[in-house]
Amino acid sequence: MTILIIAEHGNTELGPATLNAVTAAKAIGGEIEILVAGSGCDGAANDASKIEGVTKILVADSDEYANALAENVATLVSKIAENYSHILATATTSAKNIMPRVAALKDVQQISEISEVIDAETFVRPIYAGNAMATVKTSDSIKVITVRGTSFEAAQEDGGSASIEKIDASGDAGLSQYIGSELSASERPDLTSARIVVSGGRGMQSGENFPIIEAVADKLGAAVGASRAAVDAGYVPNDYQVGQTGKVVAPDLYIAVGISGAIQHLAGMKDSKVIVAINKDEEAPIFQVADFGLVADLFKAVPELDDELQKNGFTG
Amino acid sequence: MKILVPVKRVIDYNVKVRVKADQTGVELANVKMSMNPFDEISVEQAIRLKEAGVCEEIIAVSVGVQQCQETIRTALAMGADRGIHVLHDGDVEPLAVAKILKELANKEGPSLIIVGKQAIDDDSNQTGQMLAALLGWGQATFVSDIQVEGEQVKATREVDGGLETISVKLPAVITTDLRLNEPRYASLPNIMKAKKKPIDQTSPADLGVDPSIRLEVLKVAEPPQRESGVKVEDVADLVDKLRNTAKVI
Repeated sequence: MTILIIAEHGNTELGPATLNAVTAAKAIGGEIEILVAGSGCDGAANDASKIEGVTKILVADSDEYANALAENVATLVSKIAENYSHILATATTSAKNIMPRVAALKDVQQISEISEVIDAETFVRPIYAGNAMATVKTSDSIKVITVRGTSFEAAQEDGGSASIEKIDASGDAGLSQYIGSELSASERPDLTSARIVVSGGRGMQSGENFPIIEAVADKLGAAVGASRAAVDAGYVPNDYQVGQTGKVVAPDLYIAVGISGAIQHLAGMKDSKVIVAINKDEEAPIFQVADFGLVADLFKAVPELDDELQKNGFTG
Repeated sequence: MKILVPVKRVIDYNVKVRVKADQTGVELANVKMSMNPFDEISVEQAIRLKEAGVCEEIIAVSVGVQQCQETIRTALAMGADRGIHVLHDGDVEPLAVAKILKELANKEGPSLIIVGKQAIDDDSNQTGQMLAALLGWGQATFVSDIQVEGEQVKATREVDGGLETISVKLPAVITTDLRLNEPRYASLPNIMKAKKKPIDQTSPADLGVDPSIRLEVLKVAEPPQRESGVKVEDVADLVDKLRNTAKVI
């Protein structure tokens, strides 16, 4: 049994999400290979070769993979798919774009966002925004799977020495073209891998009020997130959204500020180790999942928290 | 151009889903069903393209039990022109839905198929991408803005790091994200008018598609429940608990 992982990368370096898929692959068992499809992607391939437990890195280095267009990457993966029992990727937006396309080309019913491996054919995955957990068994000969990153620890990113093999590119499908990106520039840690996350909701009332939670986040070295309501209202950009259809996070500490706790939001954060809720409405559903609840006006409590952290030696 | 919009009948997003005691699935009896919210966004986008003069006809499609006709009626009341109901009792998976939609696309010849990025019941996020692959078309997934420009569609996509813009050749498959638009409510006169709009009925067998299940569901269980926590007195108490009880800061 050999498992292929589709790397998440930015050409010059590997993305940390790849490491979660490696851990899921280890739970399935078998040889692990990683495909790096990119352009000028030696850096990412070298990073991948150092991951503990991986035997081989396949590199397809060609212009048509520069921006991970689904049509081009899926064609490449489908060409080599027959060599593998499983094809895995951590469920980033890039993998979610590419993997179902691979599955359809191989006539496979993909298994999305697994949270647990039972055996090589059987997996657990959340459905209904995580309000139910389905155990499913596949009969497809190639298993195409996306992995929920927060459910699998990151594999060791060093200690391995996989061989690197160049493979032929599959050509440009000519169906789509990359134009550009507007990426949020932030000095803060990545939302999905941060140890602490501070999120704001509709209670923040305006994007102009977000600096008060950013100040707390910076003292704690935390990432900043938001509920759908805050993103829809335009307080913060879309990539801040935590929830069923946004990002799923499971930090050691999640601080929800002015978030009522709709099930769609809880779906994205309820696996956090410790949850704090600050909300003036003591009936808010967020308190049902919070380890520590503070019923208070956030515009008073958050600056106080900032001061209290300062007093306790948290200076960022 | 013609636009095809698949619409899925799902448990309403406000309903608290309950797992059946025998762990065979979730309780569907006497539960409010609605159109998948992402599909409402798809229907709305198709209507806006029609209002802008880009599209002439909108066809709403639903695959599933007889009551899916109600979901199609909702799309017709919003402003779709006609419906196709692919009758199938029992569960149907994204791959089979994509195969059914492919056959319908080959019959109808749409330039755009606008699909919700995911259904809020199985949370698969697959159908649009699979459909694009089966048709050999380009795809723009998770879009928050689209502009049809001649033989291309320019799409802004919501990605992990922010936003990405791509252009895709028509015909193409689009999958919709939350910020694309705010779906309209159907007005009473439009609800009445929708009753007269035609809905054709067909089946997977008529379309030559085998809808057999590939993923056997062994069990559906409740997720682990969190123990209820405590209320803290004030901010100082909170920081103390985080430092000394939970030891997370």
